[in-house]
Amino acid sequence: MKETVLMKGNEAIAEAAILAGCRHYFGYPITPQTEVAAYMAKKMPKIGGTFLQAESEIAAINMVYGVASTGHPAMTSSSSPGISLKAEGISYLAGADLPALIVNVQRGGPGLGGIQPSQSDYFFTTRGPGHGDFHVLVFAPSSVQEMADLTGRALHLAWKYRMPAMLLADGTMGQMMEPVTLPDACNAFGDDNPWAATGTEMKRPHNIITSLDLSPENLEKQNFERFERYKKIEETECLWEEYLLDDADICIVACGITARVSRNAIVEARKQGLKVGMLRPITLWPFPKKALAAAAEHVGAFLCVEMNMGQMKEDVELAIRCKKPVALCSRVGGMIPTPDEVLEHIRKIAEGGDNA
Amino acid sequence: MAHHEIVIAGFGGQGLLFIGKVLAYAGLIEKRQLSWLPSYGPEMRGGTANCNVILSDDPVGSPIVQHPNVLIVMNAPSLDKYEKAVVPGGKIFVDSTLITRKVERDDVDVYYVPATQMAKDMGLGNLANMILFGTVIRETGCIQDATVEEALRHVIPARKMDLLDVNLRAIQVGKDYQA
Repeated sequence: MKETVLMKGNEAIAEAAILAGCRHYFGYPITPQTEVAAYMAKKMPKIGGTFLQAESEIAAINMVYGVASTGHPAMTSSSSPGISLKAEGISYLAGADLPALIVNVQRGGPGLGGIQPSQSDYFFTTRGPGHGDFHVLVFAPSSVQEMADLTGRALHLAWKYRMPAMLLADGTMGQMMEPVTLPDACNAFGDDNPWAATGTEMKRPHNIITSLDLSPENLEKQNFERFERYKKIEETECLWEEYLLDDADICIVACGITARVSRNAIVEARKQGLKVGMLRPITLWPFPKKALAAAAEHVGAFLCVEMNMGQMKEDVELAIRCKKPVALCSRVGGMIPTPDEVLEHIRKIAEGGDNA
Repeated sequence: MAHHEIVIAGFGGQGLLFIGKVLAYAGLIEKRQLSWLPSYGPEMRGGTANCNVILSDDPVGSPIVQHPNVLIVMNAPSLDKYEKAVVPGGKIFVDSTLITRKVERDDVDVYYVPATQMAKDMGLGNLANMILFGTVIRETGCIQDATVEEALRHVIPARKMDLLDVNLRAIQVGKDYQA
């Protein structure tokens, strides 16, 4: 049996990325994700990898672009304000069809905001964090184990589809420790990537890595091709978890730390005879629309529990075509809803008083 | 079924997160379900700090402890903040050198240990946290006696492993303490 160790969520991300074969990390410190960089700084030099503290977040994401261009897996991590700075680079990665892993351990905003946990970058991330028509794969871990597992998955899928992937965690997930069973070391990235800029040795045409194309006809074609890929991803890569949903009258939709809080509320509600379940999106893009639409067929109402002003709620309403009422339990600015607050909303819905 | 929701609170620098880590590693060694959540940010540098630990036989839901059944406090503001949150029948452990007031609730068990004074008198340096922790282990049974040393070996950095014995001694002092 594999060994189970105790790790902070941020450390689990770093170790899992290394185990998945990532040997290039570029970052700039920011609370609450600095442990990712600290771990990489300690470990990368010992295994022949590269850790580089860049002069800014913008520099770091462009270093990721550079490494990705050569066909090697690379990553960066930051927290909300730092991710805003990386937006340009993420758009360029998407435009050049390059794989990369970007980690966002969210904190309260907007602006510099605070350093306590938040989920307020939901819109920003799920709509394509940058200018232009694009998506990034978005994963929302809800345990330290998932911090590790989804890091590996994000890297591999980024590679498979040649697009950026983002691990969208929050300060709580980053700072907490839980037992984690680390995955085996692997390297699924290969040494021969036909698209990579590795030198032609005068034996093949140049591989050109760029997001610039001044021909509208060509640029349109590229966008269409990219969205064909996105369609396939939406059909095959959606992840979610259902908890006590089969007989539920009320379906909670929550991800990350708020899903953990909601779980406590559900256990308590069930003790009081209220049939509550949960659908927890694990990928936020692609969003589990079909699973939510199926749930809408048998539950009476939805309750989104979020650490933002109801950003995911809009996706839930779209997914279920507003067939059922969707209520919202939310705290912001670094505050975390308590199980009691969630339970209060459940009770209101059960009594018919909170139909949003 | 054993289920401990523990809050450890006081000033930054008193070794509160350290107690939490020892609890967490002991839980890992005992193959229990657990979570460890620190407060992070400026409080670590002199303000109030706290740490939430859950040790359970069932999977842990929220890692945030809202209603602790074990509260360990090492300054007065922390007692003020968390006293009301403790579940009825819960246990409160007070460093009575640093907190002079009494717990007002009468539906909880309270253990006053003058840990800071004891550490000073016995030449145990700044190990008041471990003295208090010894009493916690004795009174709650939240972790097994046999696991403590191995847990400490995980938490104490390798270069400071010479401090293992004095930590164990401080824990024993707390275990032996009778008010």
